[in-house]
Amino acid sequence: MLLKRSSDIPSSEITPRNLYFNRRRFLAGAGALAGFAAAGGSLRKLLTPSEIALAGTKLDYNKSQLSTSEKQTPFNDITHYNNYYEFSADKYEPAELAKNFNPRPWTIKVEGLANKPKTFDIDAILKMQLEERIYRMRCVEGWSMVIPWIGFPLSSLLNQVEPKPKAKFVEFTSLNDPKRFPGQQRGVLEWPYVEGLRLDEAMHPLTILAVGLYGETLPNQDGAPVRLVVPWKYGFKGIKAIVKIKLVDYQPTSTWTKMAPNEYGFYSNVNPNVDHPRWSQAKERRIGEFTKRPTLMFNGYGDQVASLYTGMDLKKNY
Amino acid sequence: MKPKYFKPIVFLACLLPLARLGWKAYNSALGANPIQVITWSTGTWTLVFLTITLSITPLRKLTRQYWLIRFRRMFGLFAFFYGCLHFTTYIWLDQFFDLHSIIKDVYKRPFITVGFTAFVLLIPLALTSTQRSIRWLGKRWQLLHRLIYATAFFGVIHYIWLVKADLRKPLIYATILATLLLYRIAAWTLGRISTANHVQNQASKLDNSTLAAD
Repeated sequence: MLLKRSSDIPSSEITPRNLYFNRRRFLAGAGALAGFAAAGGSLRKLLTPSEIALAGTKLDYNKSQLSTSEKQTPFNDITHYNNYYEFSADKYEPAELAKNFNPRPWTIKVEGLANKPKTFDIDAILKMQLEERIYRMRCVEGWSMVIPWIGFPLSSLLNQVEPKPKAKFVEFTSLNDPKRFPGQQRGVLEWPYVEGLRLDEAMHPLTILAVGLYGETLPNQDGAPVRLVVPWKYGFKGIKAIVKIKLVDYQPTSTWTKMAPNEYGFYSNVNPNVDHPRWSQAKERRIGEFTKRPTLMFNGYGDQVASLYTGMDLKKNY
Repeated sequence: MKPKYFKPIVFLACLLPLARLGWKAYNSALGANPIQVITWSTGTWTLVFLTITLSITPLRKLTRQYWLIRFRRMFGLFAFFYGCLHFTTYIWLDQFFDLHSIIKDVYKRPFITVGFTAFVLLIPLALTSTQRSIRWLGKRWQLLHRLIYATAFFGVIHYIWLVKADLRKPLIYATILATLLLYRIAAWTLGRISTANHVQNQASKLDNSTLAAD
């Protein structure tokens, strides 16, 4: 494991907010960072200065029973192999292109069929009770990682706005800002990126909003400041840089479903028995491993989530 | 510079993509998914060498640098070389000799089917690239080697079909290939017209001479 840190970090050790806001000043504080690194562990020694600018502030969190004990994918791989089309369709590019993206200020509107719709500021969100959730992540392309996310159950946010009985689905929307997202200057996908879940999927304890990675705030290329993580679904369901969450009574159409409806369905549950029309989903390459391993039904979370789909034809509802 | 000295330099230059890949692999600089990088790189260079090979004929005619023909076989063989590496990467590193899943892939996945076809069609061309084969096959050699058009076409389709959304790069290859093929169609059509004229002229000359002989 790359990092092992206790979660009881005094707030005095957390980078002051004004430093954290501004990358240049953040870099100017490199001296302070050195002390920070000595206290914090070995991660920073492995990083170049530009990467230090990317790495975030330490977060206060609890461990979770829902985490896997599998070997975690190194931080460097999680932050340098990203499907983030808002920056680039090339997985190796977001790390560089996201360097100057500033995820502050930021708010998330939670609206729609709710009794108490509310706009949350990112600072309020970071004050939620955070947990570390070490999840498997299976990309629809056939590779996988094990990622130590920091976040909180989406249900705890949705409960605050009190969904109305009529609400059946949740629709998520990413930031639409071609000035900050160079990839949005081209119409590779329809912008903004939209994703959806059934309300019971959204309320499932495994479904989280992630605000961090390896104990620190989320790097920009991994979806800062807030992204969705649904570990039993293919990675593209994990919409990044969320600005709006809407409770609705219709099934939202995801961006990738719009792009290729026969290839990417609404559910997109990890399923080794239902192939992508162009390639097999039976196996996956875990990043860092040489040979492929078999892909597990619901990405290995079947015990917890299979009951959500009882009686459904998963070949049709892919 | 004479082709004689130039040739070894070009030969070594053609090996640079492989050297670069080897260097990166040695330094663990191939990123999070090295096998994918190797697959993409060898596949890309196969396409590059196919297009270079196909551009020799138009280039030498347009620039009147007829000596360029001496490099065509080498470029063609390098296309085959990188194609072999690409194929081996798939068989070995990607599928780890899982014959069952390879056969299923070739049969079921159109992008693999066309990629595999493109590769298989290159094999007879590589085998008959020797001077002796050229002499032995005579006119049939040229006919056989037109298979390179099919390989290049299937290669580009293979690339287009594996891309998820961003078609920019495969479409660059498609455009280059289309241009090279259009050139040939144009040259062939113009050639036919001028040959037809030529034949007609010859024929009328012949008529005249026959008449004169009378």
